[in-house]
Amino acid sequence: MRNRSFTKHYYFMLLPGFVWLVLISIVPMFGIVIAFEDYNPGQGFFRSEWIGLENFEYMFDLNDTVQIFRNTVFIAVMKIVANLIVPLAFAIMLNELRFTSMKRWIQTLVYLPHFLSWVILSGILLDIFSYTGPVNNLLSVFGVDPILFFARADLFPYIVVGSDVWKEFGFNTIIYLAALTGINPSLYEAASIDGASRLRRIWHVTLPGLRTTIVLLAVLSLGNVLNAGFDQIFNLYNPMLYSTGDIIDTWVYREGLLNMQYGLATAVGLLKSVVSFILIVVSYVLASKFANYRIF
Amino acid sequence: MIRDASLRTRLFDWTLVIVLLLIAFLCLLPIWYTLAVSLSEKSAASAGQVWLWPVGFNFNSYEQIMNDGRFFHSFWISIQRVAIGAAITILVTTLMAYPLSRNARDFRLRNVFMWILVFTLLFNGGLIPWYMTVKALGLYNTIWGLVLGGGVPVFNVILIVNYFRNLPKELDEAALVDGAGPWKMLFSIYVPLAVPVLATVTLFTIVYHWNEFFHGLVLTSGQDNYPLQTFIQQLVVVVDASNMTEDQYKRLNELSNQTLNAAKIFIAMIPVLLVYPFLQRFFIHGITLGSVKE
Repeated sequence: MRNRSFTKHYYFMLLPGFVWLVLISIVPMFGIVIAFEDYNPGQGFFRSEWIGLENFEYMFDLNDTVQIFRNTVFIAVMKIVANLIVPLAFAIMLNELRFTSMKRWIQTLVYLPHFLSWVILSGILLDIFSYTGPVNNLLSVFGVDPILFFARADLFPYIVVGSDVWKEFGFNTIIYLAALTGINPSLYEAASIDGASRLRRIWHVTLPGLRTTIVLLAVLSLGNVLNAGFDQIFNLYNPMLYSTGDIIDTWVYREGLLNMQYGLATAVGLLKSVVSFILIVVSYVLASKFANYRIF
Repeated sequence: MIRDASLRTRLFDWTLVIVLLLIAFLCLLPIWYTLAVSLSEKSAASAGQVWLWPVGFNFNSYEQIMNDGRFFHSFWISIQRVAIGAAITILVTTLMAYPLSRNARDFRLRNVFMWILVFTLLFNGGLIPWYMTVKALGLYNTIWGLVLGGGVPVFNVILIVNYFRNLPKELDEAALVDGAGPWKMLFSIYVPLAVPVLATVTLFTIVYHWNEFFHGLVLTSGQDNYPLQTFIQQLVVVVDASNMTEDQYKRLNELSNQTLNAAKIFIAMIPVLLVYPFLQRFFIHGITLGSVKE
C-alpha cells in the first residue's frame, strides 16, 4: 500500500535525527585521518602533516600498548562471563520463587543499581573499601590486617568485575525472565508427574528452555571484548593501579586529551574501533545464523 | 535426606526466600550505608564506626550543602540538561522511528537508513575525532554540547521501531481509509499505543543525562559549567595520587570529608530514586516487547 505523497513526509520526520547523527557520529568517522597525521589543532585535519603509519609503528613499540590491551581484554572477558552466569542463576532462583508479590519487590530492588552512575557508585565503593571502611572493619573481625584496596594492583581487576556484576546482574536478568515466560508450563507438569525433583526440573526443563537465549547473549557479548568499562575504571583507578587497571579507553583519554598526543591516541582508538567492528559483525552473523537473531 | 516431600519443598522455598532477600538487601546496602554516613558525626565516620545506623545523628552535612552555591549551580545545569535532553531525544527518536518502522514496500529507502543507523552502532571514530568535531561545531561549553554530544541514542530508536512494527497492521489500514496522513497516524494512533516503550525510553534518557559525567568534564571549561555528576566526580573521586606514597594516600583517605561527600552523593541519587518507581513498571514491558521481532 505504497503512497507516494507520504514519502516526502517520511523524509521530514527523519531529517532532525539524521542531521544529528551525521554531525556527531558520522563526521568523526572521517576524523580518523588524524591517526595518519602529525596532527596540529591549529592546522586542522587537512593541513596537518601526513606521516602515514608512523603513529602505528610508534604504538607497537610502546610497552604501554601491550599492557593496556591485555588489561582491557582480561577485565572485559571476566565481565562478560560473570555477567552471563550470575544473572542466569539469579533468574532461575527468582523463577522458582512462589510468592509473586515478593518476587516483584525483589526485582524492583535488584534493578536499581543499574540506574545509578559510576561516579556515585565509585564514590561509595572508595568509601566502603577505604582503609577504615566497613570492609576492612569486617575483615578485622576475622583477624585480617586492614588492606589498602585501592593501592593493590593485584586486586583491582577483581574489584572492578565484582562491582560491575553487583551493578548489572539485576538488570541483566530481565532478558532471561522474559525467556522464562516462554517455557510451556505443561513441561513442568509432565516432569513432576514423572517424579522429577525441583532441581531436576531446573536442569531438564528450565535450562534447555533458556539455551537459545544463553547462546544468543554469549555471542552478542563478543563485541564487548575491548570494552572494559571506561566510566567505572576512570572513577576508581589511580596511578598505583595502572599496571593492571589501565585500559585502552582511559589511556586514550590521558594520552589524547591530557597529553595532547592526538595522532597516537587516535591511532590506538582506531585500532580498538576496527577490532570491535570485526568482532561485532562476526557476532551478528553468528547470532543470525544460529539463533535467527535480527537487530531490526 | 528428608523423606517428607512437602517438608522438603517448604525447606527449599524458605531457603530460596532467604537467599533472594539477602541478595536484594545487598543491592540496597551501599545506598543505605551512604545515607547513614551522611547523617553521622564526622569523627565517627572517619574512624569507621558507622555501619548501618548513623553515629551521632546530625544534619550538619546537609546544612553545609544548603549554603554551597556551586553545588546548586551544578544541580541546576543538570536539571536543564535532563529537561532539554529528554524532550529533544523523545521527539527526535519517535519521529525517526515511525518512517523506519514502515515496510520497504511503503518506504523504499527504509533499509538504507536503517543500515546507516546500525552502522554507527558498529563503528565509531573514537574519542579524539569526536572531541575535535564537537568542538568545531561550536558546542564546547554550551548546554547543547551536553544535550547533543552523546549523539543519537540508536538503541532507543531501534526499541521504538520494533515496538511500532509489532502493532497490528489493521490499524494502518483503518486509518488510511479514514484519510489519515503520516503525522496524524504517528501522533494520534502510534504514540498513544506505544506508551510503555516511550516511557522506557524516557526513563533511559533521563537517567543517561543525569548520570553522564564525561562530557561534562571534557566539553566544559571548568567548575562553573560542570553538571552535578562531574562536580561530584571532581570532588569525591579525583585524587591526584601520582606522586604519593602509600602512607600519604592512606592519610588522605582519613582526612577527606567523608560525611559531606556522602551527603552530596546521596543528594545526587535522589532524582533517580524518585523517577525510578514511577517508570519501572513500564520498562520491563517496554524492553521485552521492543526487542522482539517478527
